[in-house]
Amino acid sequence: MSGLSVQNLSHNYGSKQALDSVSFEVERGKFCALLGPNGAGKSTLYAILTRLIVPEQGSIQIAGADLRKTPLIALKKMGIVFQQTTLDLDLSVRQNLRYFAALHGMSGKVADRQIDAALDRLDMLERAEEKVRSLNGGHKRRTEIARALLPNPEVLLLDEATVGLDTQTRIAITDHVHRLCAEDGLTVLWATHLTDEVRSSDDLIILHQGKVLKSGTALGICGEKPVSEVFMHLIGETQ
Amino acid sequence: MTAYLIALRAIIAREALRYVGQRERFLAALVRPLVWLLVFAAGFRAALGLSIIPPYQTYITYETYIVPGLCGMILLFNGMQTSLSLVYDREMGSMKVLMTAPLPRGWLLFCKLVGSTLISVLQAYTFLAIAWLFDIRMEALGYLTALPALAIGGLMLGALGLAISSRVKQLENFAGVMNFVIFPMFFLSSALYPLWKMAEAGELLFVICSINPFTHVVELIRFALYLEINLAALGWSMWGLVVCLALAIFGYDPARGISRQGK
Repeated sequence: MSGLSVQNLSHNYGSKQALDSVSFEVERGKFCALLGPNGAGKSTLYAILTRLIVPEQGSIQIAGADLRKTPLIALKKMGIVFQQTTLDLDLSVRQNLRYFAALHGMSGKVADRQIDAALDRLDMLERAEEKVRSLNGGHKRRTEIARALLPNPEVLLLDEATVGLDTQTRIAITDHVHRLCAEDGLTVLWATHLTDEVRSSDDLIILHQGKVLKSGTALGICGEKPVSEVFMHLIGETQ
Repeated sequence: MTAYLIALRAIIAREALRYVGQRERFLAALVRPLVWLLVFAAGFRAALGLSIIPPYQTYITYETYIVPGLCGMILLFNGMQTSLSLVYDREMGSMKVLMTAPLPRGWLLFCKLVGSTLISVLQAYTFLAIAWLFDIRMEALGYLTALPALAIGGLMLGALGLAISSRVKQLENFAGVMNFVIFPMFFLSSALYPLWKMAEAGELLFVICSINPFTHVVELIRFALYLEINLAALGWSMWGLVVCLALAIFGYDPARGISRQGK
């Protein structure tokens, strides 16, 4: 069974086709980078994967659960980090996580244990009582990743999770998520437009103008060439 | 506790926490009806003659007449404030967190509605307490029987706010909501003047006021404060609640896409 399966997904915004027959699979426990320039359709794909939008056509399986037929089971199996910060700035890190835990059916000591464990995993435990407003961009992102891990998801979806962060923080967060994948067997879909975040061992999907241009392992697609070169070449070809 | 109740408690707590953090909102919500009660009503008292109409058994002062309408005003403004904060939540992204929770969307919206209604009712009681201090008093038991009326009114107007928030694309568009929803609803109702006064002013105005759901919320509260049930007002308010909630659930249906509307 694959961790994430997307078949024949199409969606329009009025006359504008945002996604055109997008299909791909991510194996369980794999880190898959979804690479595409701005406007490629990544955010639409994430909105569909997280059921903020129901697509006109296509099917999605989240760790074996059909998103259309059993949406609540599918949502239970996924952790989500949106492109935009979705934390309540006036609440503390712990209050934010408690609220989220409750939305996922956890309360009391069970929730507190999960919160401590998730924050510890992201080296954020000592900041648990700080107001989110006072955190820097990197720490906010870590908080959001910790929050996404609270319900022990099988699939982690991150939409440009490193956008707006400095290089050092970006590398640290990318490393962290790779580790989660390797150590905990999480299936990760990592959307980005930054080619330096893709490792040769990762799976890679290149999305452009709503279509999948290439899909496979980064090594298989790029060989010895830098990802950026192959990416620019593929994007250039279509224009 | 089931996941449903845990979520309900958390959403209510978050609304309360947010409310506590916004003291200006609390004050604004109180000052508005108090200005009407203590300043405008004093001026209007001389200009407006009130006859004895149900539920009143005797002549009443104008201040006493507008108390239920001002309770309704609090519920109305709070319902719209909820709507505003939902549009803000959507722009800030926190609505996505709520909408991707593994619970039915209708339930999540209902939880939001209950949270905002509790705050509305609390504000209405604070207003009634201040009015009491200024000697504008109802029967003691009336304060208790008003509770379900305030709750139903709060739910209905909150659901209206939810339905509106699913249609308003940007925070900037909210001035339109003030002009086209709040003001007409408030002024074309029985909040400030009895409907027979409206009938004297014109048949069309009277018809509009009679079908305005806000009129029925106000009348429901008015009768409840005097230990009576206005069945027509109750029926219209419940009907309004069902319609607005259905519109809100439809508005937040993923097949229509909240993130698309948020863009």
